[in-house]
Amino acid sequence: MRNVFLFIARFSNLLFFLLLQVVALSMLFQYNKFHQAAYMNLANEATGRVYIRYNKIETYFSLQKENEKLRQQNAELLNALKDDYAVPDSSIQVVTDSFRVDSLEQYRKFLYLPVKVIGNSIDAQNNYITLHRGSNQGVGVNMAVVGPEGIIGKVVNVSPNMAVAMSLLHRKNSVVALLKKGGGFGEVVWDGKDPRHVTLNNIPRTVKVQKGDTVVTSSYSDIFPPGKIVGYVAQVQEDKSTSTYSLKLKTATDFYSVQHAFVVKNLQKAEMDSLMKKIRKD
Amino acid sequence: MSNLLRNIIRFVFFILLQVFVLDKVPPLHQFVVPYLYFLFILWLPFKIQRGLLTLMGFVFGLVLDFFTKTPGLHAAACVLIAYARPFVIGILMPKEAAEIGYSEPSITSMGFMPYAVYVLILTLLHHIYLVFLEWLHFGNFWYFAGKVLATTAISLLLILITEMLFVRKSKYRTNVA
Repeated sequence: MRNVFLFIARFSNLLFFLLLQVVALSMLFQYNKFHQAAYMNLANEATGRVYIRYNKIETYFSLQKENEKLRQQNAELLNALKDDYAVPDSSIQVVTDSFRVDSLEQYRKFLYLPVKVIGNSIDAQNNYITLHRGSNQGVGVNMAVVGPEGIIGKVVNVSPNMAVAMSLLHRKNSVVALLKKGGGFGEVVWDGKDPRHVTLNNIPRTVKVQKGDTVVTSSYSDIFPPGKIVGYVAQVQEDKSTSTYSLKLKTATDFYSVQHAFVVKNLQKAEMDSLMKKIRKD
Repeated sequence: MSNLLRNIIRFVFFILLQVFVLDKVPPLHQFVVPYLYFLFILWLPFKIQRGLLTLMGFVFGLVLDFFTKTPGLHAAACVLIAYARPFVIGILMPKEAAEIGYSEPSITSMGFMPYAVYVLILTLLHHIYLVFLEWLHFGNFWYFAGKVLATTAISLLLILITEMLFVRKSKYRTNVA
């Protein structure tokens, strides 16, 4: 027994070092559970405060660019307004729509919550984005984050006033997407190297693909609204082992300068989930 | 300024520098990530208990990890260099290592060559371990080797610039008083 104590006393530094290594490595290799860990909420609130301070200064430097993006988005939205369409009168009689404007609200599937991006990383292997909006303001886990130019990622952790989203530049991130023209379905992944490009795998060879084609989110996802731009085809590679293409995409979102985004809440998700649960039970 | 206060200021300074300046630099190449934060550990005083030194490395790395959302990655690398530091100093300054007159490692206290070797060894060690942990997730050997070399080169350049910008007046602690 005495020898054991002597051993511990003699190698106490080494043992302490090994203990800390084990703690650090177990944190690193369980990083999925890490998102849900209770102390992470606390850490997020704390680092979030610092990010807010920094962000207040940083936003000034990109105001002009940001303004331009918002104007473009405004223009797009204005162009989509119903009032902008005047159909030549070919019918016998013009019928005025008597619905209340609000009557569509009960059929709403996706709700956009504007959000400010206060923290963003691009040069790690797994990148996260910190948002200044949390569970008190209606953000929940597994909601999509979409920017003015295209999709950004999905929320993985929320605290009362902040949320952390896994960016598209994360090796666990996989988004089902399709080619806007041709319509082949595939999965978007990131190889961890270049923050400007992601890869779209498993596109069948039968689909005709050209450089510059647009890739959008599919309607199969219950997280992302359909038709949001993921990126543009930059390079077509043939996967020799399978008979599919793997496409290199230039991301629509410029991850270097993400400032404003929208968290997209799927209001029909609960109903969908309960339906799926029923099917699995039967 | 007391040693404790100076090191607390450095702790905050290096974390903020790494998170809000160096991590914001647009990457020139996928291999190049500017790391400077671990200089905090290299600059800690000689006379610090080994257990405490290792613990400082862990806490320092973990604080950075909370900002970068990579739990344990930097903490593991920092613990390693904090633990290896006394050995490296022992090899480079064998004579009366215990009763060194100066308070912390610097060019004036160790001499240019020993200090350069000290910085080089610990920087390499830190980057090899850090990139190795990232490499476990994905990548091939050349990615690993290239990233270690390029990142080390950038770090050494940054440390050289820092040493030239902030000349540390190392007080010589005499035996009297």
